[in-house]
Amino acid sequence: MNYYAVRAIYLHEMHRMWRTIFQSIMSPVISTSLYFIVFGSVIGAMIPQVDGVSYGSFIVPGLLMLTLLTQSVSNSAFGIFFPKYSGSIYEVLAAPISSFEIIVGFVGASATKSLIVGVIILVTASFFVELSIQYPLLMIFLLVLTCLTFSLFGFLIGLLSNNFEQLQVVPLIIITPLVFLGGSLYTIEMLPDFWQKVSYFNPVVYLINGMRYSFYGVSDINIWISVISLVSFLVICIFGVAIVITKGYNIKS
Amino acid sequence: MKMRSVVSINNLSKVYKNDFRALKNVDLDIHKDEIFALLGPNGAGKTTLISIICGLVNLSEGNVHVEGYDIIKNYREARSKIGLVPQELSLETFENVFNNVSYTRGLYGKAPNPKHIEKTLKELSLWDKKDSKINDLSGGMKRRVLIAKALSHEPSILFLDEPSAGVDVELRKEMWQVIENLRDTGVTIILTTHYIEEAEAIADRVGVINNGEMIVVDEKESLINSMGKKTLTIELHDPITELPTNLSNLDLKIINNGKSLNYSYDRKSKHTGITSLLQSIREAGLKLKDLKTEQSSLENIFVELVSKDNS
Ligand SMILES: Nc1ncnc2c1ncn2[C@@H]1O[C@H](COP(=O)(O)OP(=O)(O)OP(=O)(O)O)[C@@H](O)[C@H]1O
Ligand SMILES: [Mg+2]
Repeated sequence: MNYYAVRAIYLHEMHRMWRTIFQSIMSPVISTSLYFIVFGSVIGAMIPQVDGVSYGSFIVPGLLMLTLLTQSVSNSAFGIFFPKYSGSIYEVLAAPISSFEIIVGFVGASATKSLIVGVIILVTASFFVELSIQYPLLMIFLLVLTCLTFSLFGFLIGLLSNNFEQLQVVPLIIITPLVFLGGSLYTIEMLPDFWQKVSYFNPVVYLINGMRYSFYGVSDINIWISVISLVSFLVICIFGVAIVITKGYNIKS
Repeated sequence: MKMRSVVSINNLSKVYKNDFRALKNVDLDIHKDEIFALLGPNGAGKTTLISIICGLVNLSEGNVHVEGYDIIKNYREARSKIGLVPQELSLETFENVFNNVSYTRGLYGKAPNPKHIEKTLKELSLWDKKDSKINDLSGGMKRRVLIAKALSHEPSILFLDEPSAGVDVELRKEMWQVIENLRDTGVTIILTTHYIEEAEAIADRVGVINNGEMIVVDEKESLINSMGKKTLTIELHDPITELPTNLSNLDLKIINNGKSLNYSYDRKSKHTGITSLLQSIREAGLKLKDLKTEQSSLENIFVELVSKDNS
């Protein structure tokens, strides 16, 4: 194991975050706060309790997931795409590092960033609404697993993208709709019958419900199904990355 | 005596995805502590060759050993010996110089060593730029940052792909000095270049590559000696338009609007023919103004080799 190399990549990526602190941390915090103000306080005041909690508290796990997902994907997609684009990836390829170590460095840093953002959002949320966390260990587990899985997914997108457009298209046309339709702002029981059925095909529904369960002990879906689907997606991402890397990363000729 | 070879390339071929054969059965041994210059026209395959050794491009056939380690099976050992200065100025633009150079050291698995980074930056006259963003540097400075990065992990073999591109004459001389100093401290150097004068100035051995084939590999001196022709330039007092009949069967060229004649001969041959040439010139009634001889340079040899190979 090339410990110093993993460390170098990790710190290098984290350093990039401090350099762009506004974009990396402030912007998700600001946008999430806006959600809390608009949906939680304003609209929430007109809505009765959902699943036994106030609407403002109800949307916290969903908004947290929404941010973690989009942040993880864009952090690591950008993290690997940027050196590919500038050509500076050459030194990573020429260094005595295994593919696994490269992934640990990049994905680890991306997941760490998302976790930091996640914690800040939770703290921010506690200023707007009342929070209770019933199963803290489960919450931490889901938090970490989500950050890792979607950082890996973002890494795959970054590897496969050949230009900025491709880099943005997947998050924009796939992740954002899935997350919005994933029940972050409502329970799927509120939907008409047909759309409820469709929702069961949306993997994000399982994530958000799992997270909501760890907060309030209520969920549309069995918690085990949530955990299993998240782990399955992690495995799919691992295989995806492994295949792309053995084929030469889409970088090596 | 057989010299120890630090890079050993056997029967190496590369076929790119578009079926283009960029390297054809290349054999090459790089000796310890030498400066080896790889010469070749654009597209000859120089970068491809270096990229394969450094792990940036997959090989199609053959094998390469670096200090005895196979570059694929033992990639960790092989690559940790190597420093690479790429042809393109590929740098992360927002990072500062010091961090950028330290990052490379980490990638090569070495513990941080700010003292070594400082020494390297000073040697390359970059110390006063250590806090500058890469974006704010000139092209020549960026090139030197790339060199500093390649030296950050104290490699024993250094590849420089066109190190002089975009570096001014003054700095180029300084860089040659740096390269020679490195060699003296036990670093083997392989460089590619378009500047023949660069190879002539610092290389111990020269390889000429063309269309993916290694056409010649030899000591620089013996290459110049064995292939070298000398040219005798005869300046005439009065210009002529055509050669007098008694000179027409000699290897003479009228140059400089008839004011001079060029005579080339093999410097190794016993009979250079100069005595009889001068005799004939006098008989033809031409008056001489001046005479000078010139040794053909690596440049002429190179042009000749490549054009012969292409025909
Ligand atoms: N990724 C690639 N795919 C297909 N062909 C390639 C690729 N990279 C290089 N080539 C081709 O291989 C040949 C050798 O290229 P290479 O870059 O090794 O040349 P070079 O000797 O370094 O030239 P230069 O002096 O211009 O740097 C060229 O004809 C080039 O077009
Ligand atoms: Mg080249």
